[in-house]
Amino acid sequence: MDKTWNNKAWFMVLPVLVLVAFNAIIPLMTVVNYSVQETFGNNLFFFEGVKWFQEVLNSPRFHASLLRQFAFTGLILLIEVPLGVAVALAMPRSGPWVAVCLVLMSLPLLIPWNVVGAMWNIFALPDIGLLGYVINAMGISYNFTSQPLSAWFTVVLMDVWHWTSLVVLLAYAGLVSIPDAYYQAAKIDGASRWSVFRFIQLPKMKRVLTIAMLLRFMDSFMVYTEPFVLTGGGPGNATTFLSIDLVKAALGEFNLGIAAAMSIIYFLMTLLVSWLFYTLMTQSEAEG
Amino acid sequence: MTSVKEGLGDKRGDVLMREQTTPPPASNAAGLQSASVMSGRRREARFLWLVPTVYIIFLMLPIYWLLNMSFKTTNEILGGFSLWPRSFTVASYVEILTNPVWYNGYISSISYVFINTAISVSVALPAAYAFSRYRFLGDKHLFFWLLTNRMAPPAVFALPFYQLYSAINLFDTPWAVALAHCLFNIPLAVWILEGFMSGVPKEIDETAFIDGYSWPRFFVKIFMPLIASGIGVTAFFCFMFSWVELLLAKTLTSVAAKPIAAVMTRTASTSGYELGLLAAAGVLTIVPGAIVIWFVRNYIAKGFALGRV
Repeated sequence: MDKTWNNKAWFMVLPVLVLVAFNAIIPLMTVVNYSVQETFGNNLFFFEGVKWFQEVLNSPRFHASLLRQFAFTGLILLIEVPLGVAVALAMPRSGPWVAVCLVLMSLPLLIPWNVVGAMWNIFALPDIGLLGYVINAMGISYNFTSQPLSAWFTVVLMDVWHWTSLVVLLAYAGLVSIPDAYYQAAKIDGASRWSVFRFIQLPKMKRVLTIAMLLRFMDSFMVYTEPFVLTGGGPGNATTFLSIDLVKAALGEFNLGIAAAMSIIYFLMTLLVSWLFYTLMTQSEAEG
Repeated sequence: MTSVKEGLGDKRGDVLMREQTTPPPASNAAGLQSASVMSGRRREARFLWLVPTVYIIFLMLPIYWLLNMSFKTTNEILGGFSLWPRSFTVASYVEILTNPVWYNGYISSISYVFINTAISVSVALPAAYAFSRYRFLGDKHLFFWLLTNRMAPPAVFALPFYQLYSAINLFDTPWAVALAHCLFNIPLAVWILEGFMSGVPKEIDETAFIDGYSWPRFFVKIFMPLIASGIGVTAFFCFMFSWVELLLAKTLTSVAAKPIAAVMTRTASTSGYELGLLAAAGVLTIVPGAIVIWFVRNYIAKGFALGRV
């Protein structure tokens, strides 16, 4: 759509601008302040330059949680995107079951995140939880509070449970928007199931899948509540992801300088990805 | 072909198969081969419903377990593993609905969620209109900057938010949480609404202005009804993200406005193993979401695609 040039449109955007700026810029400036200063209490601050940044970037603790974060996010994307697309492909396109499927599948998305953690805690308890009991009954030793591998398995499975539906819903929205004529043409050409998927469904889902992948990337990159409630970042530090580490440093240890420098590095990383996301989105929108 | 509206696809498969399998002896090898492929695909279509069914069962298992636990007595829970409650009790629910600590948690959660949804949708409406209809100085940068706030990790903002809202005396009120949640809900609302608005042809605006409508009258009387489903979906998403967020809600409240989710974590940590109570509280937090979802079920897929399908 060609838009008219109109600078008065700024007045329509103004309320949004004021509210978001109040919430975004003032806290961000606080963080920037802390990140370059040292405090000894009594609200006395000394300028420290980039000391905190150097410390964070060289600390093995930060490297470890960053590595865990990338491993987690990578695993999540590898499992959830193909699984979500597969479920969306198998869903009925019309009929009374569509609404039932959609409502039931969206249910996990509407549960408060700490309830998700608590629910999985109860579900995975080795002695009285269904999952833990069944796994142990199969002869595999499983206890997510003491074994790092079990903890990882549970955290990943919980995230798959929680968020795969988002990918399903997005992929499904893309699929139902494909006109019947495409499939009829494919049938006349004698296209195989695979080529229908490869040359009709996948290209049509490209845009929604971009949204899905990047939303999943970002949300799993800032995951905090669910693993925190489930494992508390443990056993040891096995499931301490970036956000958990950050909150530990800021609110637990009151290490303001370190926490602030970490926040800024963290924020810059998400900013980079957002920019990538935005560029991809606007490009695919320009293509139609 | 199997993936098109299944009933239709099946019938056509039948017709094709009959055409290809019944012809007299002259039928060639290729015809036979494709016939067997067809019947294979038909079988596949018949079992296709299994995939979503298994997936939904997987989704329901932990929820069932939560329900199961919520109806058990503490003794039974700690007594060992059982697939359903043997001594069925609603004591946990009675405790939650009669103890002010618990039900006040629900009230404060619901109040900040509603305040947030109302603020987010009402300020996002004109802004989304501006982004979808006009070009103005710095529009693209502004839009991108808004989006970055949706992507910012709440953990980054937890401590500064605490200081900011203490400084303006809003700490421990629903307003603090409602305003803080605007950080990610307003950008999301603008984004979804912009998607829906861009689907409305611009000619409608122009015709209305020629007919002598002022902008506010046009917007309320003509434009808003046109994107009513979009507004509904946007409100749903604001509700959802405000309802599920805990980190900021917990940081910005202490006693008076404590959200239900935070009451739960406190119970979990202080009174040890009151799993039945915890489970019942969890079940009750699922209910509002389930109700809201039922209302938007027909738009939910489009909404998750941010109105851009």
